[in-house]
Amino acid sequence: MDTLIRIDRLTKLFGPIAAVRDVSFSVARGEIVALLGPNGAGKSTTMKLLAGYLVPTSGSASVCGFDVTTEPLEARRRLGYLPEGAPLYDEMTPSRFLEFVARVRRLDGRARRAAVGAAAEALRLDSVLHQPIGTLSKGFRRRVGLAQAILLDPDVLVLDEPTDGLDPNQKQEVRALLREVAGRKAVIVSTHILDEVEAVCSRAVVIAAGRVIADAPPDQLASRSAGHNSLCLRVSRDDAGSAMTAISEVDGLVAIERPDRTGPETEIRIMAAGGADRRDRLRRALDSHRVPVLEFWREHGRLEDVFRSLTQPAEWDGR
Amino acid sequence: MGRTVRNVVVIARRELAAYFGAPLAYVFIVVFLAMAGALTFNVGYLLESGVADLGPFFQFHPWLYLFLMPAIGMRLWAEERKTGTLEFLMTLPVSVGEAVVGKFLAAWIFAGVALVLTVPVWVTVNWLGDPDNGVIVASYLGSWLLAGGFLALSACASASTGNQVIAFVVGATLCFLAMMSGLDIVRTAFDGWAPAWVVETVVALSAMNNFQTIADGVIDARTVVYFLSLIVIGLVANSAILEFRKP
Repeated sequence: MDTLIRIDRLTKLFGPIAAVRDVSFSVARGEIVALLGPNGAGKSTTMKLLAGYLVPTSGSASVCGFDVTTEPLEARRRLGYLPEGAPLYDEMTPSRFLEFVARVRRLDGRARRAAVGAAAEALRLDSVLHQPIGTLSKGFRRRVGLAQAILLDPDVLVLDEPTDGLDPNQKQEVRALLREVAGRKAVIVSTHILDEVEAVCSRAVVIAAGRVIADAPPDQLASRSAGHNSLCLRVSRDDAGSAMTAISEVDGLVAIERPDRTGPETEIRIMAAGGADRRDRLRRALDSHRVPVLEFWREHGRLEDVFRSLTQPAEWDGR
Repeated sequence: MGRTVRNVVVIARRELAAYFGAPLAYVFIVVFLAMAGALTFNVGYLLESGVADLGPFFQFHPWLYLFLMPAIGMRLWAEERKTGTLEFLMTLPVSVGEAVVGKFLAAWIFAGVALVLTVPVWVTVNWLGDPDNGVIVASYLGSWLLAGGFLALSACASASTGNQVIAFVVGATLCFLAMMSGLDIVRTAFDGWAPAWVVETVVALSAMNNFQTIADGVIDARTVVYFLSLIVIGLVANSAILEFRKP
């Protein structure tokens, strides 16, 4: 695989505080990696180090083989970066701003106009191209920041919360854009929206207290959730008792009853010891008790649960 | 080399557009012209002197620049630091030095534009009498060099903070120190105890004295080198502060 981003034992100290400690991971062309973690975990610091804004205390990072500390300009030329909060020059219009970025990135004449036009179209900026950025809504500002990052079709994209402040439709569009460019690039995005991770990212790197505590594809990460592979039943409240009796007849099952707070139904969640597949036997037991089952499904782990269990303070306090 | 020049020009162009895109530019130009005019005619008595030269006009420039140049330079970096665009700028494929020079040039050109707008005073003097235009050209050059030196110091002050007010005060203080070293008050403070060469060096480093040399119509290589060195030192310090003060 063509590794475009390589982060090796990266450490950044601010005085005595380690914002990032021994972070290592790499991203190949075609991958979209989500950087997850609680606020203050070190996501933005990692991105700033990669973009060359901060200088690492130790360790190294490279973009397309160029070390970000020793060959910063070569690395930056190949990197599109959306800084945290998408800072922009308020007095400029998006059109002027993108022109400026294109000039800095050494595009001239027709190529420059084409690049600005394409980026504006991809982010749907046409209606505001000539308004000062300071007058734009948060969603438009974020999209101007994104347009700037993708302007030269760089091999590497580093986007700090690209969908923050966007409405659901705009989020969808940005995700589609990311999926579209993903095949050709190595992309790192940080986000707090875990659905987004499952929808677009091929891998998730979880950071807490400056350390990488998990690095896996989202579905694999979700499968670490306690509820992964549990079986769920929905029955009317009157049938809950007979359903519980039926479940108790099957060996190795633990069931929890959760009556709906408002409706007349009850959800029963069943965990099998050792994760064995007991679906057949459970079905037969329910049939023999003639329990009318309204719904029956197998639960997949939820990324949110895993995220919470990984990053709750109790989990990493001792390290 | 071509790459560096190009980056400097691109940065300077953006910065210059930012100057003229904000009301501060026009406020500055109006204040500069009004004060330069008021000082020249009401304090310098240009008309009453009966002599056709621009001495009364140029003699107040160091004092005007003392607070006007920090006012131009204060936003250069402090604003970028405050709004977060510094991170954006510093992660573009542009070196710190290129950004520093580009921004400084924009401010210097802006100061030059303000200076050019005083040309009507020059025209007036020519209409009223027969001044030595060579001296006036030299004075304009000296005034612009002085502005550059003060701007480099102001840019330095701006790079060290995210607060424009602090940038202004620190910048004005640096300019004041550069200016005052030649005045009698400083000279007397050194006289008597310091060796003569120290006194001479301190006096030679005075922006005021160097400006006066040019304003008298003498374009001395040492004076030009003095102002250019002041600019270079300011810009090198500016780059160093930016490298050092990355958050």
